Amino acid sequence: MIRLLALRELRSLFAMPSTWFMLAILQFIFTWFFLNTLQTFLELQPQLAQLANAPGVTTIVAVPLFNMVALLLMMLVPMFTMRLIAEERRNQSFALLLSAPLSIRHIVLGKFFGLLAFLVLLMTGVPLMIYTLSLGTHLDHGLILGNLLGLLLLTASYVSVGLYVSSLTAQPVIAAIGALAALAGLWLADIAASAENSHWHIISPLNHFQKFNAGLLDSSDVVFFVLFSVFFLLLTMRRISNNRIYG
Amino acid sequence: MPNNISDITLSARNLTRRFGEHLVIHDVSLELRRGEVLGLLGHNGAGKTTTMQMLTGCLSPNSGDIEICGINLLRQPELAKANLGYLPEAPPLYRELSVNQYLNFAARLRGMKYPAITEALEQAKRRCGLETVGKKIIGTLSKGYQQRVGIAQAIIHHPAVIVLDEPTIGLDPSQSREIRTLIRELGDTHSVILSTHLLSEVESVCDRVEIMQQGKLIYSDTSEHMRQHGSVSGFIVGLRNPPPLNILEGIAGISHVEPLTATKFRVLHKPEDNPKGALISLAEQQGWQLEQLTPLQATLEEVYVRITAPERSTGALSKDENP
Repeated sequence: MIRLLALRELRSLFAMPSTWFMLAILQFIFTWFFLNTLQTFLELQPQLAQLANAPGVTTIVAVPLFNMVALLLMMLVPMFTMRLIAEERRNQSFALLLSAPLSIRHIVLGKFFGLLAFLVLLMTGVPLMIYTLSLGTHLDHGLILGNLLGLLLLTASYVSVGLYVSSLTAQPVIAAIGALAALAGLWLADIAASAENSHWHIISPLNHFQKFNAGLLDSSDVVFFVLFSVFFLLLTMRRISNNRIYG
Repeated sequence: MPNNISDITLSARNLTRRFGEHLVIHDVSLELRRGEVLGLLGHNGAGKTTTMQMLTGCLSPNSGDIEICGINLLRQPELAKANLGYLPEAPPLYRELSVNQYLNFAARLRGMKYPAITEALEQAKRRCGLETVGKKIIGTLSKGYQQRVGIAQAIIHHPAVIVLDEPTIGLDPSQSREIRTLIRELGDTHSVILSTHLLSEVESVCDRVEIMQQGKLIYSDTSEHMRQHGSVSGFIVGLRNPPPLNILEGIAGISHVEPLTATKFRVLHKPEDNPKGALISLAEQQGWQLEQLTPLQATLEEVYVRITAPERSTGALSKDENP
């Protein structure tokens, strides 16, 4: 059932021209940034060659690229999550799911995994571009895989926040702005907190992603992302079930 | 009272629902048997949609119990909802999908498996007249076709209970007629509840009627009896050269005459004694120049009035209805 709902979500996304437009624009931005950093790397290369223990191409090209994708995601995810529940409510198609023999868990997880799969597809261009470099040089596979895992977990946490905000309203635009405010708020609180052990650092997904970005695979970061996503998914389920109770 | 308990496909007992302080549904009990079409009749805001939302599990009642095919909807929602097809007030469509994709999704959502789906899809499309638009995107279809797609998703999995919330709203007369024929057909094999505010719809489709007003069921009977409530013994008569009112009232059988305009009158008579013939021949003899003679159709309002408060309606009416 979860798979059925996720596939429906994907099918609807790909049936809309705006999705393809977004895919094209984003791929353009990724590529442009990638080529730009590659250019920088090529210019720096003679100087790097003189350094002992100089940073490799992965560190100079791939790491900033992943970091930029992570920042872009913050603005991107709300644009996609806004539709998930708010639009179904507005179109009154939510009744189809509510009157079907499904539990709320199926509905929420179906939407979550559907959008997550879409965003993974949307970002596949990034590792593909990076791996084209392996034609001419050696890449740090560990660092790239770490970044990919981090990006996946970060996306999941963003989608769960967006899904929750979307479940609060029947207006997709409000859902988008709300989710953007929540995500940007977490990020700004994180960078504004100067104290090393501030709580804001702990609850900011982007801060946890930075460690993956630097090539540091810490199980506590993985646990954070899982707990963060599960927390918001549970809130969403609760919200939908309350909807049945309070109308 | 039904003798065979297994024939009851849906039963709701003492449903109550409030939104905040406002009591929207007050102690509603319903029962539906196999092969029966039940009309839920009421004005906008009477609580029809809320009742239907509760019957389909979209809204939880504050108190009361709902059973679908003997399965408690509140305790085992997933099992109970498998026997349910629901068309809400606005058809729950994914406008970006094609009709086939959407109906396919709806069938799988209700747990249907593949070989059966193909057949069910064809059958649902045939029944709802959607054969020619299977590949079209739902968003590009007209409102009437979208409504049909909505009905098709409610019946594709052959549910025991079909709940239709104002299924003919927004359709043109010929489309409404087709949909009514379809509902009548569905009523022979499934149980159907439909809500409406049109008396004529109830008369033509339903076996039984429940009238709802301000969140309460105020009347429940077969639509046959309802029709008697609904038909008024009277007509509107237009006379270009009318006589004084008391002459009209003096015609044998006429119990009440109410002038609508200078030349139009609302004439009520006893149901067993139709003075139409007498009136026509008198009009001819006296030169009243008869130009219109239309039988009266009761409005929902009038039926309410009679059902809820016969003593408040005009003396002639209540005498007619309660001899």
